[in-house]
Amino acid sequence: MVNLKKYNDVLKLFVIFLTLFLISSCSQKVLQLNTIKGEQLAVTEDAVTPDTKALVAGIEEYITPYRNRINNDLDSVLAVCPITLDKKAVNMQSTLGNLMADVVLQYGSTVFEKRENKYIDICLLNNGGIRAILPKGNVTARNGFEIMPFENSLVVIALRGAQIQELINYFISERSAHPLSGLTFTIKKDKSADNILIQGKPLILDKLYYVGTNDYLANGGDNMNFFKKGEQTYDLDYKLRNILIDYFKAVDTVTAKQDSRIIVE
Amino acid sequence: MKRRDFIEKTAASTAILGLGLSLSSFTAEDVKQITILHTNDVHSHIDPFPSDDPRNPNMGGVARRAALIETIRHDAENVLLLDAGDIFQGTPYFNYYGGELEFKLMSMMKYDLSTIGNHDFDNGIPGLYAQMPHAKFDFISANYDFKNTLMDGLVKPYKIFVKNGVKIGVFGLGVKLDGLVDKKMYEETVYNDPVEVSQDMVRILKHEQKCALVICLSHLGYEYKNDKDMICDLKLATLTQDIDLIIGGHTHTFLDKPTVVKNLVGNEVLVNQVGCYGINLGRIDFFFDTNKNKVSSGKSIIV
Repeated sequence: MVNLKKYNDVLKLFVIFLTLFLISSCSQKVLQLNTIKGEQLAVTEDAVTPDTKALVAGIEEYITPYRNRINNDLDSVLAVCPITLDKKAVNMQSTLGNLMADVVLQYGSTVFEKRENKYIDICLLNNGGIRAILPKGNVTARNGFEIMPFENSLVVIALRGAQIQELINYFISERSAHPLSGLTFTIKKDKSADNILIQGKPLILDKLYYVGTNDYLANGGDNMNFFKKGEQTYDLDYKLRNILIDYFKAVDTVTAKQDSRIIVE
Repeated sequence: MKRRDFIEKTAASTAILGLGLSLSSFTAEDVKQITILHTNDVHSHIDPFPSDDPRNPNMGGVARRAALIETIRHDAENVLLLDAGDIFQGTPYFNYYGGELEFKLMSMMKYDLSTIGNHDFDNGIPGLYAQMPHAKFDFISANYDFKNTLMDGLVKPYKIFVKNGVKIGVFGLGVKLDGLVDKKMYEETVYNDPVEVSQDMVRILKHEQKCALVICLSHLGYEYKNDKDMICDLKLATLTQDIDLIIGGHTHTFLDKPTVVKNLVGNEVLVNQVGCYGINLGRIDFFFDTNKNKVSSGKSIIV
């Protein structure tokens, strides 16, 4: 008796189960997100397995002509640098910074003259924009890419003498060896500027000066807010890296000097 | 033999056993695995870092990444390979070839989709447009409107994939261009609010298109600690719903593991990013089942 009752129960349950199962089978399957697994895989040489060796070789072969053209180009010797130039600050200027600012002023001014019949008076760049040293020895275009990996281009901004005074004040208060050319002054003990000369002539507060810089700084980068007060902006579409490489191509020997453009009393 | 002995005992047991077997086999067949592989901010890093690199010696490299992807594809059938933008800029490969080789190699690796990063504008709209024939994968961005540019029609807001019967919707998001990219580079590209756009996307992908999985491919950046108001992936996750995964880029963020965030309605969203320069490949596996015995909507996240 007991056994039979149990059997009936099981049968009843089975019928219910079967009904439910049939209903659920007829209804559309609903996907249910059950588990999510996340991991990060390092891309190293261990990724290459016997099965993927041929694939890797094929891709390397595909890249090779692209790589060779770049290497031939970047590694051909353009000039010689007699001493290592770097960003090391002495009297708030550096050898590499001086080179950059002098070259940008010179080459930029040539383009500016052709376009606008004007000359660049001052060049101010940012110390942070120099990303490598220029080692003693052969100079290649690769050095240009290493020193200036960014795509920044030359911008000329027309500033009044009053803003040049702001520029000098900024320079003194920042205490950073931002590359500077065309402007010389003496920093006195009380942190004021004296003997300010632009292209060898004394600063005139209401005169318009043309300051060459990069587009990053022109747009207020590094808090050089005086650039925002410019009366006119000229975009020369000349990348700073290309200026540097053009200079390397034009000269046999790179010359950079630590001079007295800034005198710290 | 044992099984036969058991069957002989009662008819009901037989029926139940039979049913049980069919159910379990039914379930086994219907666990569907979707594998998402992703990169971000590769920045033209085609060759591995040299062995004397101070930060990432011997890391990365496209050929090795291709090998890793191939190995995964061998085991997992349903793979989506995604990139979260900034394919361009960072090595002379970009300066010399304008992104041609990057796109060609990504096509060889069978990337499915990429979104547009700010550096992908570095050669201007014409520069990006010129490389489009080299990409055999699609570009998506739901909040960049390219209508008044050369790129009109080449970037879709989203794409839907069906892998082994699982519908997957992926939409793209880009970072605010004003102040980050020169206007002369992005021209008339219009940036729209990522949160509003995401709500639209989710409505389309989850509710109209009934995608089982909604993925956001973002170049907004993971987090901005110094600018709490700026939209980022973590904020986007909390301000939206029905997104399952946000794959990010832009901030070059290296995470130990994907971040799990609660969304607007308290459900979990995964936010991930794998640093930069092709040093890592991200992998997220989603397992779906149709087992009616487990009707609770709880899912386990193993990270």
